[in-house]
Amino acid sequence: MNILTKWLRSFVPDIPVDDRQLAEDLTLRGIAVEGIHDLGPGNGHLFEMDITTNRVDAMNHYGVAREAATIYNLPLVPLDTALPAASPASQPFSVQIAPEAQNLCGRFTAQVLRNITIAPSTGQVAEFFALLGLKPISNAVDATNFVLQGMGHPNHAYDLDKLDGGIIVRLARKGERVKLLDGSERTLEPDDLVVADHSRAQGLAGVMGGWDSMITAETKNILVEAAWFDPASVRRSARRHGLHTDASHRFERGADLNACATANALVAKLILQSGGAPEGKLIDVVIPSVAARTANRPPIALSMAQVQRHLGATLDDQPNHSALTANLVRQYLTALGCTLSESPTNNLQPATFSVQLPSWRLDLEREIDLVEEVARVYGYNRFANTLPTALPVTAHPLAAAESAVRTRLLALGYSEAISSSFASEADGATYLGVNQQAAHGLVALENPLSDEARLLRPSLAPGMLTMLAHNLNRDVREVRLFEQGYLFNGSAEQVVELPSLALGLTGDMPPMPLHSAKDAAVFELKGVIESLLSLFAVSPEALSTSAASALTFVSDAPAWLEPGRSSTALLNGAPIACFGELAASQRETRKLRQPVFLAVLDLDAVYRLPLRRATARELSRFQAVERDFSFTFADAVPWRTIADAVHALDLPELTRLVPVEIFRDTKAGSASAGKYALLLRCVFQSNQRTLREDELSEWSARLIATLTALGGAIRT
Amino acid sequence: MRDAEAFRLRWLGRKQGRLKLISEAWLKSGPTDARKPLGIRFNQLKQQIEEVLTSVSLRIQKVLEGEERVDITLPGGVRAPGIPHPLLKTMNEIVAVFHHLGYSTALGPQVESDFYNFEALNFPPNHPARDTQDTLVLADQQAKPSRDRLLMRTHTSPVQIRSMIACAPPIRIVVPGKVHRNDAADATHSPVFHQVEGLCVDTNITFSDLKGTLDHAMKALFGSSVKTRFFPSFFPFTEPSADVQISCIFCSGAGCRKCKQSGWIELLGCGMVDPTVFASVTEARRKLNPADDAYNPAKITGFAFGMGVERIAMVQHGISDIGHFYSGDMRFLEQFA
Repeated sequence: MNILTKWLRSFVPDIPVDDRQLAEDLTLRGIAVEGIHDLGPGNGHLFEMDITTNRVDAMNHYGVAREAATIYNLPLVPLDTALPAASPASQPFSVQIAPEAQNLCGRFTAQVLRNITIAPSTGQVAEFFALLGLKPISNAVDATNFVLQGMGHPNHAYDLDKLDGGIIVRLARKGERVKLLDGSERTLEPDDLVVADHSRAQGLAGVMGGWDSMITAETKNILVEAAWFDPASVRRSARRHGLHTDASHRFERGADLNACATANALVAKLILQSGGAPEGKLIDVVIPSVAARTANRPPIALSMAQVQRHLGATLDDQPNHSALTANLVRQYLTALGCTLSESPTNNLQPATFSVQLPSWRLDLEREIDLVEEVARVYGYNRFANTLPTALPVTAHPLAAAESAVRTRLLALGYSEAISSSFASEADGATYLGVNQQAAHGLVALENPLSDEARLLRPSLAPGMLTMLAHNLNRDVREVRLFEQGYLFNGSAEQVVELPSLALGLTGDMPPMPLHSAKDAAVFELKGVIESLLSLFAVSPEALSTSAASALTFVSDAPAWLEPGRSSTALLNGAPIACFGELAASQRETRKLRQPVFLAVLDLDAVYRLPLRRATARELSRFQAVERDFSFTFADAVPWRTIADAVHALDLPELTRLVPVEIFRDTKAGSASAGKYALLLRCVFQSNQRTLREDELSEWSARLIATLTALGGAIRT
Repeated sequence: MRDAEAFRLRWLGRKQGRLKLISEAWLKSGPTDARKPLGIRFNQLKQQIEEVLTSVSLRIQKVLEGEERVDITLPGGVRAPGIPHPLLKTMNEIVAVFHHLGYSTALGPQVESDFYNFEALNFPPNHPARDTQDTLVLADQQAKPSRDRLLMRTHTSPVQIRSMIACAPPIRIVVPGKVHRNDAADATHSPVFHQVEGLCVDTNITFSDLKGTLDHAMKALFGSSVKTRFFPSFFPFTEPSADVQISCIFCSGAGCRKCKQSGWIELLGCGMVDPTVFASVTEARRKLNPADDAYNPAKITGFAFGMGVERIAMVQHGISDIGHFYSGDMRFLEQFA
């Protein structure tokens, strides 16, 4: 909404500051001026306002002027509503509010104007419209808009000769049709409130007038309407018909029932400037029950004790004496339109006022609302900065685990990312979780942002893929990302949010002694999962035992991962993560130009584990002995079988068993087809003594025998 | 190299070397029977020193000739660390500031009921205040009573309600979290964004306590020279309500492009907890304990505040497009390594 300072100053002539300072003073009191435009010499400035939804009373010039008058403690010029002498009406114009509409239309004022002249606007109307950049239409139409801009109450002018009989404010009939001022035809519902004549609807009450009775160049006689409509009713109709008008905006936020007669007179006065005369008196129908709950609300009590209790210290306070005195409170609230009477108290107690509320401030309902008004006018920045006492801080139960996971991933070279909370239906059906359940428990949105965002994400994998693709499409080929976030599962009745982790990896990897460059990423992801699980204990009973020790890896994995190059990690036999290379079909669908690798980890299950509490072991004072063994094994013998067989020997002094290197190069002669060569390192150490050569030989012999039994052949 | 030669001359020089002088002054004057073994040991020592000197000189020679010298102007080599997300880093910093002020972290779900997200926070059904928060609603909710309908929370404020229903005062909580709105994405808007909320409820909490707390927090986040400014505003769940600006951290208030020449940057919303909110909380608590009176507004007061983390991180780092936060773009993230 825009405000002209020239118009504003006509209501408060003696404002002692320039327009810029005025803008600042208003803004600091919650009447926010967002932009200031110089309109040239003598024209003042145009203020672009940002008025909060609760302050509909300030969405016009007179309302802002009242704020200025309050700030500078100046009088506000009253509005002149005197009309020229009326000719007598042979029969008063009929206005009825149907019984079912009486809760929704609290007041309806109507004034008949005869023999008017439709002409272009002149004078102040033409001047201010030009400054506001509003398009003038005709004196009658402009008058209604001018009054809306000037004092804020929506109103309407009908071509009286187009109305059949009188006005009836009533609910629409189902399927009833009305053509509105914007030329649109609307089909109405039984809870749309309409202003009708005796044959049909002439407008959607509080939203927009009707086409059939609009002012035209031929109009001779006018009916001026200013009414009060129920906020919820106007809002319902405006939303249903997709109409957001100046009128509906104001009625939705609560208009001033008492302003109807004033607005009506101001409009009539402006139209009559070009000729014509009023006929009869203002027709004014008021529904007392609506007036009682709006304009004529009972007074509320305001205690100075409550002002102090809520607002606290000001910068100007003296010892035992607040700068915010009862006199100041009385001054502020009176300027805002309240009527205060001091309730009798004994002198030892703080003053208490009985406050009659202004009809235009429906947002003021309670004592606390008045306390806010006092703080607002006094100025928020004149209150002191004090601190409440502190309380001891308790850590969130998951904070330590989350932080441990995050810190570890960062240390492992993975950067933190945040992706969309949404997923497409296709991705929801494809990216099944760690447990590979069928696609059930998908949560859909009623009003999704787009077709690609119909679901709340059931997995973090699609979001991670989108981020990997984003990088690859921009020639960023080395990517390590993780996202710690929530996925959603459930129904329309209940949604479960589960913490989850996604890892994304793509880029050149060097070949490693145990695996080729092509496979390195799969093993890196496996290593990350093991590393993360090592932060946690396997159970609350074994706080020092790493959960990684309870991990097993199987080659089954969800279909979105490439078979044979992916895995599911099981913790104590239950799936906890899956990882590997993205399936070729998915890679093709997403047009990814290089292989990408993903892991998803069920953090909900991980966070059920306690963090591992390391128990330090004694470091041996005796020398460790390394023994390397070189074996050839059939490809069918996996490392796990070898390791299990060695561990089954139960050699207490065997402290480490490491596969150092694997050779598969048949051309170089290191292994024949279907076989691989394995360099195995065993580290022996005792805490009690130096190991003897004879026992080392014996252990080596047992190892060799065990591995030979597995089909291994020792290489020489 | 020169130092080694000077050292050799000083100690081993044939004419004025110190060892020569020592041998002349002490060895020759010593008792005859001790002269021979001492002489042998003396010569052994001299030989060792000469050997060390030769090897040092040779190594220095090699380095000077470039055989063992590194080109230290080549780029440093290090395994790239993972990069903390700038948004979450900012969020953690904000939370830490309030931890130090005695606030404990509280979290809540992203899928909320209408009751927690709106109704209990004094947004009545069909109220215009709801227009300011375009809401993503879950499918198939129409059959339910309004307050039970599920939606994506539009702010972290529902955690205020959850916390108060769960715990009696005093309360000091800080609530970081993800929120969603049905907003089209552009350079400054995203349908997904993050907020940090705070709530303080106790006896005798005043508006000046709210001012002091946020002034302190902003100084902790942006530096002690930062000033704060409070404006009246409107939120349905606070009364009085305020918007808070800080003096521009780029121009210290002189006016620049970043603050649109105003000298101030708007950062957060806040206010005193509206008694209606306490009434909603009391209604819910009385379902568990009909005599509950913990949130009687005649006995307690409180304040709440909330800030958009994206906006603060964008101000801190001069980020022009909010979309970078959710892209996973390594080129963007690497700047924060």
